[in-house]
Amino acid sequence: MRIESLEQFGAAVAAAREARSAKGREVWVCCGTGCLANGSKAVADAFGAQIVSGGLATTLGLYHKSTGCHGFCERGPLVVIQPEGLLYTKVGVGDVPEVLEKTVGKGEVIPRLLYKDPATKQAIAKYDDIPFYKHQIRVSMRNIGRVDPANLDDALAHGAYAGLARALSGMTPDQVIAEIEASGLRGRGGAGFATARKWKSCRKAGGDRKFVLCNGDEGDPGAFKDRSIMEGDPHSVLEGMIIGAYAIGAHEGYLYVRDEYPLAVVNLQKALADARQRGLLGANILGSGFDFDLRISRGGGAFVCGESSALMRSIEGRTGEPRAKYVHASDKGLFDLPTNLNNVETWADVGAIIANGGAWFAGWGTKKSKGTKAFSLVGKVKNTGLIELPMGTTLRHIIYDIGGGILKDRPFKAVQTGGPSGGCLPADRLDLPVDYEILADNGSMMGSGGMIVMDDRTCMVDVAKYFLKFLSEESCGKCVPCREGLKQMLCIFEDLCTGRGKAGDIERSERLGRAMQLGSLCELGKSAANPVLSTLRYFRAEYESHIDLKACPAGMCRDLTAYEIVSEPCTGCHQCVKVCPTEAISGKARQKHVIDPAKCISCGACFDVCPEDCIRFIPKKEQEAAHAHADD
Amino acid sequence: MPTLTIDGRTVHADHGTFLLAACRKAGIEVPTLCEHPAVEPYGGCRLCVVDVTRPEWDGWSKMVVACLFPVEDGIVVHTRSERVMETRKVVLDLLLARCPETPLIRDLAAAHGIVATSFVTNPEPTDCILCGLCTRVCDTMGMSAISSVDRGAGREIAPPFRAPPPACVGCLACAEICPTGFIKFETGTRKRRIWDKDFDMLRCPRCGRSHITAAQADFFAGRGGVPRSYFEICDHCKRAELAATAMRLAGQPATPARQG
Ligand SMILES: Cc1cc2nc3c(=O)[nH]c(=O)nc-3n(C[C@H](O)[C@H](O)[C@H](O)COP(=O)(O)O)c2cc1C
Ligand code: SF4
Ligand code: SF4
Ligand code: FES
Repeated sequence: MRIESLEQFGAAVAAAREARSAKGREVWVCCGTGCLANGSKAVADAFGAQIVSGGLATTLGLYHKSTGCHGFCERGPLVVIQPEGLLYTKVGVGDVPEVLEKTVGKGEVIPRLLYKDPATKQAIAKYDDIPFYKHQIRVSMRNIGRVDPANLDDALAHGAYAGLARALSGMTPDQVIAEIEASGLRGRGGAGFATARKWKSCRKAGGDRKFVLCNGDEGDPGAFKDRSIMEGDPHSVLEGMIIGAYAIGAHEGYLYVRDEYPLAVVNLQKALADARQRGLLGANILGSGFDFDLRISRGGGAFVCGESSALMRSIEGRTGEPRAKYVHASDKGLFDLPTNLNNVETWADVGAIIANGGAWFAGWGTKKSKGTKAFSLVGKVKNTGLIELPMGTTLRHIIYDIGGGILKDRPFKAVQTGGPSGGCLPADRLDLPVDYEILADNGSMMGSGGMIVMDDRTCMVDVAKYFLKFLSEESCGKCVPCREGLKQMLCIFEDLCTGRGKAGDIERSERLGRAMQLGSLCELGKSAANPVLSTLRYFRAEYESHIDLKACPAGMCRDLTAYEIVSEPCTGCHQCVKVCPTEAISGKARQKHVIDPAKCISCGACFDVCPEDCIRFIPKKEQEAAHAHADD
Repeated sequence: MPTLTIDGRTVHADHGTFLLAACRKAGIEVPTLCEHPAVEPYGGCRLCVVDVTRPEWDGWSKMVVACLFPVEDGIVVHTRSERVMETRKVVLDLLLARCPETPLIRDLAAAHGIVATSFVTNPEPTDCILCGLCTRVCDTMGMSAISSVDRGAGREIAPPFRAPPPACVGCLACAEICPTGFIKFETGTRKRRIWDKDFDMLRCPRCGRSHITAAQADFFAGRGGVPRSYFEICDHCKRAELAATAMRLAGQPATPARQG
């Protein structure tokens, strides 16, 4: 039924809560993209079918729902049993009868399905006790994994649109902006621009046709926070945008969603249709007289389409290419009309801020970076996934307490933050509190919140090369410093990694990097040298070694590295022989094995499996010199 | 009228113009490669970078491209600061690596003290600097027959699907605006060929000169509602006719049209 006034909204929320508490128990099955890939749809269907066939809905008041991503995809499919708050991991269709019979029926825990903490090897039953979740504070992701994204009533029962209702219950647009200002919210899409300031200038802009846009392009490789929000709690994005539109005075908006996110599009479409039907979107929202509607625009498929001017061109149906802009989008944006663009996470924060007050949000964080922030923690840590934490949390806390430390307990080497054009921070920066300024002052950036943890088996020159390659493929090619600069920078790095580096390469990269920063047209080119400049800042010796000694200290550049087996601990266990892709290793059982340098491709597979740690890498030049000597 | 200071000189710029025009008005030369009065500014070559500051900015300045930065009252512009010159040099160094044989680039680089690139020379030298003038003029004329294709270092100017462009009318605007002569064409008295597409030439009914393709006359006639015959007469003859009319009105005998 259409909600036509604030009173009716209150009643609808109460009814939704009532309906929910009338049901005794719940089974939540994660149906985010990660868990779906692991077969969670079949698990959800099995729960649904068996709850019906067992008549459990009436006897136990049991129902099941599909939720969005818990951020812990590598352990999926994830199932949460409520109200106990039990978390089961890697649940298969075959486990469903047992879960229903033992856990739901008799209250027994099934140890096999529990999460085991990789650090302590202990099984942990309760969702909230798991270190990965225990330390998190979720604002933008408040309802992900808790609500059924396809069910507006479920979202209402969990507090959705409470912020909108507050905004429309007598707050003026200026008061809404003031509340956002008090929260200290800054853009979560990259640059960290103060959200209230952006809204204010768009509100001030003349004309009565304005737009609010949501940037759901999320082009950073490996990032998935925006996807999870759009898929798992689309109403939080809609709510933020409606509030923003009200504050700015816009009546039209677009959700720009990356083309590779089909589930996000489906869930957003459903949310839009439901919100429209219930009077939360469209004409006369909640009977307030305010009109606003939203459309979805599918992304152009390139990383650079996430850049604001390229994104607007793409929505206009033109090639998504950045424009030099000395005129702000708040004056001349989409179709040359005043436009306000924010990131998915920024929008998702807005509803919670208006519902709880700006001071509530500003209660977390540092002096200039307030509130909480979503990060995608990946790489060589034990727990990878999506997390949300207060600004100012230290890198160490994130990597060791939430991430559970480095895989195989190897030494930590660096953490790359900020996406492809971010920077790498070394071990002596682990105690830095994460905020916009501190990361930037240390040569990295917040970006959209990507964090890639690297262990000692990582070559920093190679890491920089990897990001350069990505960026050179994604540069639109419009301006010279970015297009030609990235191409030449990549040439230098290919040389460095293959032993063709020469004196002066470091200085040439630095000079080129500075010109790219100063001269490029858009932020892609301006920040494209960051991976180079930040690794040079902290790992210069590693570069020098590649140039002067033709040696890769991490043993990762294949052309510079040779592997050999040292006789002492080698027990002839044969493990290495099994993994070598080129059959370069030979040796009788229980006798010392040897690697044939002529066949070895320096992939390091043997190094990673040797249980005795008796495989070592040395610079290829050294090995060649030794062999030349032996041949004399 | 916004008043600004450029390299120490006071300049009164026209409202709504860009910094480049103000620099030129002041007689200050700023190098450019992708700017042309016939088309919208683009900001692609980045050669026209300059430093902009204001007295109240406490020595902080920002680098902008002059061809796109709108003039503002009170700004102080430095067109040859150290970092501006350094950025231009790197840009030219990069362009010289891309286009090692192109006279325009070699001369401009040499004028900035670069005789050989410090980067890796393009193994397949090209004359296209990707200034985008050709595609912009084609858009401006309303044909949009060619565009840039592919991203990054693989970017190229090409017709759709790299086949003879259906929308091309053979007007040669792209070839004429191209600063390096990269766009090749052949024109005879009866045929013209550009972008691998062949066109029939029309002869001016007055002087007999082949001056326009049939496709171009059709396109302009179709667009403007002006009879096709208007476009068939060449510009020389049109001008001569106009002059003759003016003379007649002034009561003077007309001189015969000059053959071109
Ligand atoms: C190359 C490039 C890619 C970008 N990609 C994204 C993106 O995928 N998502 C996003 O929100 N912002 C992206 N941005 C930043 C946007 O331009 C813009 O600053 C942001 O969407 C503004 O929202 P916010 O103020 O809420 O952060 C990108 C910027 C650049 C230069
Ligand atoms: S900086 Fe790169 S991505 Fe941005 S306009 Fe220039 S070439 Fe395109
Ligand atoms: S073909 Fe000529 S006009 Fe077109 S982009 Fe290349 S250099 Fe510029
Ligand atoms: S002339 Fe200004 S960027 Fe090319």
